[in-house]
Amino acid sequence: MNSLSITKLQFLHCGPIDLQLKATEIMGLSGASGSGKSRFLRALADLDEHKGEILLDDINQQAIAAHLWRQKVALLSAETSWWFDTVVEHFMMKELAEDLAALGFTQDSLRWNVSRLSSGEKQRFGLLRILQNQPDVLLLDEPTANLDKNNTRLFENFVMEYLSKHSACAVWVSHDHEQLQRISQREYKIEDGALINVY
Amino acid sequence: MFIELSPFDLSLAAILVLALGMLSGYMKLGISKQLYIAAARTTVQLLLIGLVLKTLFASTSIAFILLIAFIMISVAGWEILSRQQRKLKGWWGFGISTGSLFVSSFLITLLCLSIVIQADPWYSPQYAIPLLGMLLGNTMTGIALGMDRLIQNAWQQRPVIEQRLMLGQTADEAIADIRREAMRAGMIPIINSMAAAGLVSLPGMMTGQILAGAAPVEAVKYQILIMFMITSGTGLGVISVLWLISKRLFDERERLCFKRLLKEKT
Repeated sequence: MNSLSITKLQFLHCGPIDLQLKATEIMGLSGASGSGKSRFLRALADLDEHKGEILLDDINQQAIAAHLWRQKVALLSAETSWWFDTVVEHFMMKELAEDLAALGFTQDSLRWNVSRLSSGEKQRFGLLRILQNQPDVLLLDEPTANLDKNNTRLFENFVMEYLSKHSACAVWVSHDHEQLQRISQREYKIEDGALINVY
Repeated sequence: MFIELSPFDLSLAAILVLALGMLSGYMKLGISKQLYIAAARTTVQLLLIGLVLKTLFASTSIAFILLIAFIMISVAGWEILSRQQRKLKGWWGFGISTGSLFVSSFLITLLCLSIVIQADPWYSPQYAIPLLGMLLGNTMTGIALGMDRLIQNAWQQRPVIEQRLMLGQTADEAIADIRREAMRAGMIPIINSMAAAGLVSLPGMMTGQILAGAAPVEAVKYQILIMFMITSGTGLGVISVLWLISKRLFDERERLCFKRLLKEKT
């Protein structure tokens, strides 16, 4: 079982925030631009300075090397970066036919040139790339902002399937309340530095 | 056979530098000021050192020669910093560049003097000072280029570095490509000099020795020695600087730590 527990988390002007996430659960998160949603995810991934205690089961974030933590608690940022020429070079495991199909790609798509990817394609490839580490917690920052309806559904189903298969949990940042109601069990919003329960 | 240069000859060359500065100013390449200052410095500094060099070489005091070496290294460290577009805050930049110069140039000069040349005494200034000078001059260039490239690229490629961190790479893995690129930038000048030596360029020291009457083979041997010293010194210096700076760019939780950098100078 993979559960995330956050105690007295403080970063920038936000907090203290207390929160528990159970395995297979998706927590929806919304809030105005600049309210600190992305900063919240970055703190959870230990990419920004913060105070407070974050536990994955009984593993304390500060007790293991930061890169090992980030393999377990994976952040998919709103803008993904690609540094090699082709998509496939960014992947450790190259045989992904099934996963690719589930997201509307073919095995051939891996050979695409990074420079001609649309932002929606980058987000879907970005998800596959971050899942190669088999993380226990997924932090998704507006992951479907650039996807059409059909691809958004594919993306949602793919994430939910992953969560149940690996009993992982996720924080899903989105401006789309319908989407959050569709996929998440709980929704919070960040307002004036506080985490407020919506439902 | 020695043709003396007149002030007119020098002013002719100076006009060329001036013209270059004006051209760069006209094209808004932003190098004129630096160019003029460096040209003025080279004139004044060489005139001064030319006046005291004989006295310097006649000195036998080890303390005095070490003091000179110390000043040379500090100035070189300072010059490296002045070539940086972004530098580390506080004494870190100066400390890292000067420390690396010391490890590379100074120690290699010592090694060369005591084991290879076996001058008597080992600190004989007519060997020690020019040797250290040649090493520092070249190492300084390599370090300045490598350091600038590392910090500039890290700054510009922040999204890529952070993306690599998000994917669970260590800080070391995340900056490895940028460090490799910076190493290349630092080593290109000396690799060029070695590759072109004898075919394109006749190294100044060797040519000078031969013109002054030394046997060509002897002069060539010295030049090869110097080239190898410079190469290993530059390599060591650049490696040490890149290693120390890439450590400094990340904090203990493997996060990019750009607040340790000063704002870019304009």
